[in-house]
Amino acid sequence: MTLLHAQQVTVRTDQRTLVQNISLDINAGELVCVIGPNGAGKSTLLRALCGESRLAEGEVLFKNAHIESLSSRDRASQLAVLPQHNPLTFAFTGLELVALSRNPHATGIVRDREICLEAMSALDVTHLAERLYPTLSGGEQQRLQLARVMAQIWSAEEVGDRLLLLDEPATSLDIAHQYEMMKAVRAFAKGGVAVIMTVHDLALASGYSDRILALKRGRSMAYGDAETVLTAENMQELYGYGVTVVPHPVTGKPLVLADE
Amino acid sequence: MTLARSRALSFAWWTLPALLATSFVAAIAIGAVSLSPAQVLSALTGFGKAGLAADIVQAIRLPRALLAASVGAVLAICGAMLQGLFRNPLADPSLIGVTAGASFGASLAILLGAQVAAAFGSLPVVSIAAFGGGLIAVALVYQVAKGINGTSVATMLLMGIAVTAFSASLTGLMEYFADNEMLRRISLWRMGGLDAASYPRAFLMLAVLCGLLASMSRFGSALNVLLLGESQARHLGVDVERVKTLLIVLAAAGVGTSVAVAGSIAFVGLVVPHMVRLWVGPDHRQLLPLSAIAGATLLLISDTLARTVIAPVEIPVGLITALIGVPFFVSLLRNSRGAL
Repeated sequence: MTLLHAQQVTVRTDQRTLVQNISLDINAGELVCVIGPNGAGKSTLLRALCGESRLAEGEVLFKNAHIESLSSRDRASQLAVLPQHNPLTFAFTGLELVALSRNPHATGIVRDREICLEAMSALDVTHLAERLYPTLSGGEQQRLQLARVMAQIWSAEEVGDRLLLLDEPATSLDIAHQYEMMKAVRAFAKGGVAVIMTVHDLALASGYSDRILALKRGRSMAYGDAETVLTAENMQELYGYGVTVVPHPVTGKPLVLADE
Repeated sequence: MTLARSRALSFAWWTLPALLATSFVAAIAIGAVSLSPAQVLSALTGFGKAGLAADIVQAIRLPRALLAASVGAVLAICGAMLQGLFRNPLADPSLIGVTAGASFGASLAILLGAQVAAAFGSLPVVSIAAFGGGLIAVALVYQVAKGINGTSVATMLLMGIAVTAFSASLTGLMEYFADNEMLRRISLWRMGGLDAASYPRAFLMLAVLCGLLASMSRFGSALNVLLLGESQARHLGVDVERVKTLLIVLAAAGVGTSVAVAGSIAFVGLVVPHMVRLWVGPDHRQLLPLSAIAGATLLLISDTLARTVIAPVEIPVGLITALIGVPFFVSLLRNSRGAL
């Protein structure tokens, strides 16, 4: 049994087809990156996978049950979603923000606090616990939000395997924190979580994912491991820009470089 | 909870109830006949000998103090709920059209129904018309904002502004056709006042307050999560549509009733939650009850001043709330800019 099984997922608005015939299987412990140019349908696909967008065709099964059929509390305790934009004008402190994630659980204040602090230390935001959210920089806010969604599904005690969907989590992080974040997510996945994330930085996708899905105009253009997807021909077709692919001097993973 | 926050919180939980108790006793003690706190307490508890003091307290000042406290608390809770729901610290109960709708209802009743007034027992026709007008305005706003994809907060705000403008021009028309005496009554009503206080009104308001207090424990954490946005709230297990509908209904009933019994008292619903938030942070589980206490205190103090400053003339209390609240609010804003 796969944790998340998406088959022929299609999403339409009145005029346009945003995502067409995407099939995808993911198990706990795996990390799938979704790449593609702006407007390719990456965010729409994530919204379809978590049951937020209505499907025109196809189906999404989570632990063999239709994702829309789960009660909101059931879903919230085993599936967390980080959207691209997280506007919040109210002055929660860092810790209060992360603690909001424990809303669907009944684990008690003490355990909740432990979980929040563990998640915050995984993303290197423990020092922001007392700071007010609106006064933080964009990258710090992003890392706190990440800690929040991870704390939401932190432990397997109650629910077993879990699913994490991240929409451009690396945006506005500095380079060290980008890699720290990917490592933290990777380690988190090893604890029994399937992770699907959209990224623009192909080096992150290449270095840390098990599989990559390349989306172009809502369709799957390529799907597989980094070596299969990140080829010069694929990337040129995907982005319409000349690129060269070289192996990473240390890890040997494919590295996509712009030609000029 | 962080150190500074928890210190502010426990300080607030000590100070505000003490302030409320003090201002309640003061509201009963101060007036045309000054009473000592001991007289007030003995009259309230029913011990001691019956006399002038007990009569003044029980017949005149107690219902008025109860009404002031409950109206203030209800307005502040409704303001805090709506600010959380709209994720906007600038939202206030008048934004969903309820105040303007109620004003229109009241003006209409004053213009047309002056003769039949008082035929409805303790709640005269003006109050009933105000309540009806407020509810119709909210229902209109809510119907338009409720689309196929759930309720849109932005549409609701715009619709609230539209309904407010519409009711304001209708009220203006009423005023244009009113004669001098009616005009004076309409404008006095709009400034708000607690001079018509009676036990039925006070108990009606207290009942609404109890309803709001009972719902608070259920909505506190849902409102916190809603601050992250509706889609995140859904991902965190909140039944967003149900919470939104219930909150709107509660706020409309709360503000509608308070406008009906005390006219439109501005400022309490907007600024009291704001002040409390600047003080203890945006956690609604603390914000809602503390706002209720602060709102009750503010209105008690304002009403006491309104009755006594240039006695025997009573100033409309709606004018006083802003006069004493705004300087305090401005100083709070200046001290904690950036921590909104």
